[in-house]
Amino acid sequence: MNGVNLMDLLSQIFGKDPEMKSKDTAKERLRLVLVHDRTSISPQLLETLREELIAGISKYLEIDEGGLEVNLDRNERAVALVASIPIRKMKRPFDVAVER
Amino acid sequence: MAGKVIVITSGKGGVGKTTTTANLGTGLAALGRKVALLDADIGLRNLDVVMGLENRIVYDIVDVAEGNCRLRQALIKDKRYEHLFLLPAAQTRDKNAVTPEQMKNICDELRKEFDYILIDSPAGIEQGFKNAIAGADSAIIVTTPEVSAVRDADRIIGLLEAAELRDPKLILNRLRPDMVKKGDMMDIDDVIEILAISLIGVVPEDENIIIFTNRGEPVVLDQNSPAGQAYRNIVRRLEGEEVPLMSFQGSSSFLSLFKRLVGIGGR
Repeated sequence: MNGVNLMDLLSQIFGKDPEMKSKDTAKERLRLVLVHDRTSISPQLLETLREELIAGISKYLEIDEGGLEVNLDRNERAVALVASIPIRKMKRPFDVAVER
Repeated sequence: MAGKVIVITSGKGGVGKTTTTANLGTGLAALGRKVALLDADIGLRNLDVVMGLENRIVYDIVDVAEGNCRLRQALIKDKRYEHLFLLPAAQTRDKNAVTPEQMKNICDELRKEFDYILIDSPAGIEQGFKNAIAGADSAIIVTTPEVSAVRDADRIIGLLEAAELRDPKLILNRLRPDMVKKGDMMDIDDVIEILAISLIGVVPEDENIIIFTNRGEPVVLDQNSPAGQAYRNIVRRLEGEEVPLMSFQGSSSFLSLFKRLVGIGGR
């Protein structure tokens, strides 16, 4: 246990990241809450959207659901829906036709 | 030439709208401009006490809207400047006592006689806010570097956009350089990055505000207080002058001021 700084140990016990200043926490929290405020899309709605996206895309592609990310992103005062969808493999046209 | 109608708003209460209105108005008057201050916070009027004019009120904005008096009769002349006037809010009525239409008419009438008409908006986003912005051609948003105030400011920016009041300017109020230094308060850049609007000034936290407001005197007339300097800078920017942001380094700490005085240490 040599080399463990007392302050680090204390902050670990109390669950605080010693590097994270409180203003950074404020910025991060604001960033998230404002994306939802600006679009009036709630986290629940985003979750539903995510599920329906998976259902829709799965008809055509085999995707890695665990690695799927759907987020709202802001740039200046504009908001964008950003989705990162890892594909395992393409479904053959035959499969798609059958599932339809 | 017609005067400019500027609404001072924030969403959240208690961030300094009324103090800002009083100081910018007085500062503009000190430069010789003809200024009308309009208190749109019906039911919770305060611009009168901040200006030290509470004992002179005869008529108010609702009297003007309802035609009980002429606009000129309701305007209260400031103690300090001949060409600075206050149109007080009504204290015993509610926000619906005035319509956006009536507000617009009052602003347009004031425009003919004054260089600047500053409107002190109530907190919130309801009727009072809608009335306050109805006659304005530009907006100043006041916020403090706190999550609640910045969030509400963002909401207001959206509502102003929807009302086609473009390009609002931001005043970051009550900044504490000591806390910024420690990473415990969002800095100017942080707030600008989040709100993505242009800055017109930064006012440091200053106990002189309370002392001057206790007396009904605008701190902008005090040459020695940091907040007064900050307000004078904003006034000059409103007048189209390019004024650099004041430095908050050193002003916060007695020790660094002392070091500078005796010539040790840098800037």
